[in-house]
Amino acid sequence: MRGMPEASTQKVSYWARMTNPEDRHPFFDQVEKLLKNRTGVAGLVIISLFALVSVLAPLLSPHDPVENALYDQLKPPVWQEGGATKNLLGTDDLGRDMLSRLIYGARVSLTLGVVSVGIALVFGSFLGAVAGYNKGWLDNLIMRFMDIVLAFPHILLAIVIVAYLGPGLRNAMIAIGIINIPRFARIVRASVIDEYEKDYVTAARAVGAKDGRIIFNAIFPNCLAPIIVQASLGFGAAILDAAGLSFLGLGAQPPTPEWGAMIAEGRAMILRAWWVMTFPGIAILLAVLGFNLLGDGLRDALDPRLRD
Amino acid sequence: MLGFIIRRMLIVIPTLLGVTIIVFLMLRITPGDPAELLLGERATPDSLEAMREYLGLNEPLYVQYGMFLKRVVKLDLGETIWTREKVSREIRQRFPATIELAVVAMLISCFFGIILGIISATKQYSWFDYLSMVTSLFGVSMPVFWLGLMLMLIFSLTLGWFPMSGRIGVGTDLRIITNFYLLDAVLVWDWNALKDALSHLALPAIALSTIPLAIVARMTRSSMLEVLRQDYIKTAKAKGLSQTRIVLKHALRNGLIPVVTVVGLQFGILMGGAILTETVFAWPGVGKWLFDGVVKRDYMVIQGGTLLVATTFVMVNLVVDVLYAVINPRISVR
Repeated sequence: MRGMPEASTQKVSYWARMTNPEDRHPFFDQVEKLLKNRTGVAGLVIISLFALVSVLAPLLSPHDPVENALYDQLKPPVWQEGGATKNLLGTDDLGRDMLSRLIYGARVSLTLGVVSVGIALVFGSFLGAVAGYNKGWLDNLIMRFMDIVLAFPHILLAIVIVAYLGPGLRNAMIAIGIINIPRFARIVRASVIDEYEKDYVTAARAVGAKDGRIIFNAIFPNCLAPIIVQASLGFGAAILDAAGLSFLGLGAQPPTPEWGAMIAEGRAMILRAWWVMTFPGIAILLAVLGFNLLGDGLRDALDPRLRD
Repeated sequence: MLGFIIRRMLIVIPTLLGVTIIVFLMLRITPGDPAELLLGERATPDSLEAMREYLGLNEPLYVQYGMFLKRVVKLDLGETIWTREKVSREIRQRFPATIELAVVAMLISCFFGIILGIISATKQYSWFDYLSMVTSLFGVSMPVFWLGLMLMLIFSLTLGWFPMSGRIGVGTDLRIITNFYLLDAVLVWDWNALKDALSHLALPAIALSTIPLAIVARMTRSSMLEVLRQDYIKTAKAKGLSQTRIVLKHALRNGLIPVVTVVGLQFGILMGGAILTETVFAWPGVGKWLFDGVVKRDYMVIQGGTLLVATTFVMVNLVVDVLYAVINPRISVR
């Protein structure tokens, strides 16, 4: 009975496969490598905290983030004279609680990161895979177009796209998604070309698999490492770019509690109320730092070739 | 090597053409009548008709593009909607301010970035190494405009060391020759003006230099680490050369080659970052002008500014690639 041993391994539980180093899926090796990487873990912890805060925002925030309280305008943080425990980090010029706005701001920034990186990832991977798999004129056409998009400094391109589409959070996400497409396209194309020559692709073709199936079921899973690294780094960059757009008044519109927009609001009262401008900047810094740390850690764990 | 340089220069042509196509199409894709977008709501029917004729809106798209390209080549970028000034004139006045800011920021980031990178690499895993790498991680994670505002709050509003915004003091009377104020001040030997211009430049330049500084430091460190592990460095050590001599004379030459590429790329990115920094510090450069154009929906300004910044970016990358070929002898073999 030749088939027997194989059939029995099917029944082994996932837990056993995870803990048995010889038998487990390579994915868990990568997870273990990442968990041994201090930078990566630090990033993971920071991002998990932000994610938790944004999910639990309604429970955690002491006040409504957009409700005005005209008697509590520009209250300083609790440790400064005139501060009160009611508003731990003070209030802005409309009396809105800074802490609550920062907490809800995490929601806005993370959503924005997910959507814009998602746009870039889907379109970039598709274009990159098509270019790398077909080579020839289609490859040339797609990649030259990507080069042209890369010929614009990216914040400029985002500003220009929003200028034409009209300001707003949704258009800002679209713009940031578009400007990041070439990065993913380049990475996926390079990996597809690398994988293309390998035996398993030839085998897939020999059994008659269609191009789409070969690209997405066979090649794509093997290109995931650099894509994941780029996605993590892209997340941080997207949050920074979006904050820049909102700061210029092109992204999130008031009263949305977006960190970049909050800095813009605080700019007008820079002398009277330093906290309105300072805290959102620290929030952006920490969130972006988290994604950069995770990205660095992932790169070391998943794809040592990319290390700079 | 000459072949490489010529080939690299030829690639620039399709890229620049692509840039003009994108800038050209942006106005046509925007919903609404391009002539009306360009002239604003106050336009009379006559001037609208004249603008349609000028843009060739009744012609097929490729003819319109041909007309557009012809004007761009002649550096005719039209007139701004709000001030009715020639776009090319506005650019001539403002571009030097942006270049001045970007160059000084780049010098700061190269100088400190390379020094930090070298020390970190020679003392790998020391507290200095950790500190400088952690700091540079913070540096790349920081929003430039926020850093600018914090610098302004601390060094200008609280301590009063630097002026808050602008390019030169109201009381300073500098004779303008090139529009590069630092250069002008040196040319006319006006030391007070030079001091004044420098103090205005300090904060925006520091803010703008943070991200490239961090990236240059990280790149220098990793590149130097790789070079320091190579055999010829061991040979130099075996010869009994001093550590300083090995690092500065032997390792640095090879270690800096990849840094050049990064510096060039960063210089281009800096032109984009200048939009935010110039807006924060009311720096009268192309970035702030472009942003004001976006706010006022002045499509002529957006078009001209975008073309200028993108062209500069492409040209800087070209220069860097050529430089890279010149300093890296390995490329000439191919």
